[in-house]
Amino acid sequence: MAEVKLYGFWPSPFSHRIIWALKLKGVEYEYIEEDLSNKSESLLKYNPVYKKTPVLVHGDKPIAESLVILEYIEETWPENPLLPKDPYERAMARFWIQYGVDTTAALGAFYHGRGEELEKAAKELLESLKILEEQGLGDKKFFGGESMNLVDISYGALGYLLAAVEEVKGVKVLEPSTLPRLHAWAKNLEELPVVKENMPAYDKLLAFVTGSMNRLAKN
Amino acid sequence: MASDQVTLLDLWASPFGMRVRLALAEKGVKYEYSEQDLVNKGALLLQMNPVHKKIPVLVHNGKPVCESLIIVQYIDEVWKDKAPFLPSDPYQRAQSRFWADFVDKKIYDFGRKIWTEKGEDQEAAKKGFIDSLKLLEGELGDKPYFGGETIGYVDIALVPFYTWFYAYETIGNFSIEAECPKLIGYCMRCLKKETVSKSLEDPKKVYDFVVMLRKKFGIE
Repeated sequence: MAEVKLYGFWPSPFSHRIIWALKLKGVEYEYIEEDLSNKSESLLKYNPVYKKTPVLVHGDKPIAESLVILEYIEETWPENPLLPKDPYERAMARFWIQYGVDTTAALGAFYHGRGEELEKAAKELLESLKILEEQGLGDKKFFGGESMNLVDISYGALGYLLAAVEEVKGVKVLEPSTLPRLHAWAKNLEELPVVKENMPAYDKLLAFVTGSMNRLAKN
Repeated sequence: MASDQVTLLDLWASPFGMRVRLALAEKGVKYEYSEQDLVNKGALLLQMNPVHKKIPVLVHNGKPVCESLIIVQYIDEVWKDKAPFLPSDPYQRAQSRFWADFVDKKIYDFGRKIWTEKGEDQEAAKKGFIDSLKLLEGELGDKPYFGGETIGYVDIALVPFYTWFYAYETIGNFSIEAECPKLIGYCMRCLKKETVSKSLEDPKKVYDFVVMLRKKFGIE
């Protein structure tokens, strides 16, 4: 069995996605922490196009872009499937994963916003999440039904990372009063051992988000 | 699959719509084409794509699939006995997905900025666009198509944007062929295929459409 390496960045939900998928599949891997302010030769060699984490290297073959990596993991280690078998259900799962790219953009605007822009960004993020809650999640416990699948994995940031950003910004978006089912989903996700044991400590993450926001403010 | 009912909700000039038309043509799937009015969106479009209200939407036996690359993958999986778009090896599949995603991230965004921006922003977009095409040329290498000997997923993702090149060049005042002759050669090769030539629109008509849009959005 060829060696699996993951180049990641500890606070990044994009890296966590890959860790959770590998763990759910029972794949042994070596984790290499990248300092994104001082990128390693290996990272630049393995991801010359974007020079970002995460990058999965299987044997000596690199794969970049977290959603591409997730599909690769799903196909290479088919035990414990994380996508439906039926083509229509797969298309729906991929649709909601893709919707998360828009959500990430809204989360970014929320992260960067100040004053009026922050209010507007919070409102847009809320509206984006309402659609996800009503039409994506519905009455299900997880997007994958009774257990998590790639869709749940792709929305992991809505738990711990969003909470840290909300605390630093002093504005709450994901609450039981505004998004009851999605809020419950986030809590359920974080209780799953694979997630609980493989996410950054909240205090450490909060310090990181605070620090990076202060650096942004200075610029 | 004689009882299949396939409808495509689309806009003629959309490169995303053309991806789906090309995918259906490659698989030899008969379908009903339904031109959509994106200014006054019809009830069917709103019902079939309530989240984004965009085209293309593939409606297969009453069930909608949205987002062009998701639709292309769906077509590949349903009509799997002919002309596979993705390789069978998982690593090669990952590479195909990576480059199709690259087309979405780079070609569409930079291309859009070429016809909507001016001055420095437009120059930056032109540079980004050409740099991205050059990376794609590198990925193509000596292969006739990104899919190898036959058209594949990346070809389907990319080649419809060729129909917008004339508009980008005319509005941006630059020559894509001068910078990326290999890529233009590749596009010409693709157009020799009947499935491609019948799925792609006339670049001159697309240019007129873009001129109309610029007037409408007050870009001059």
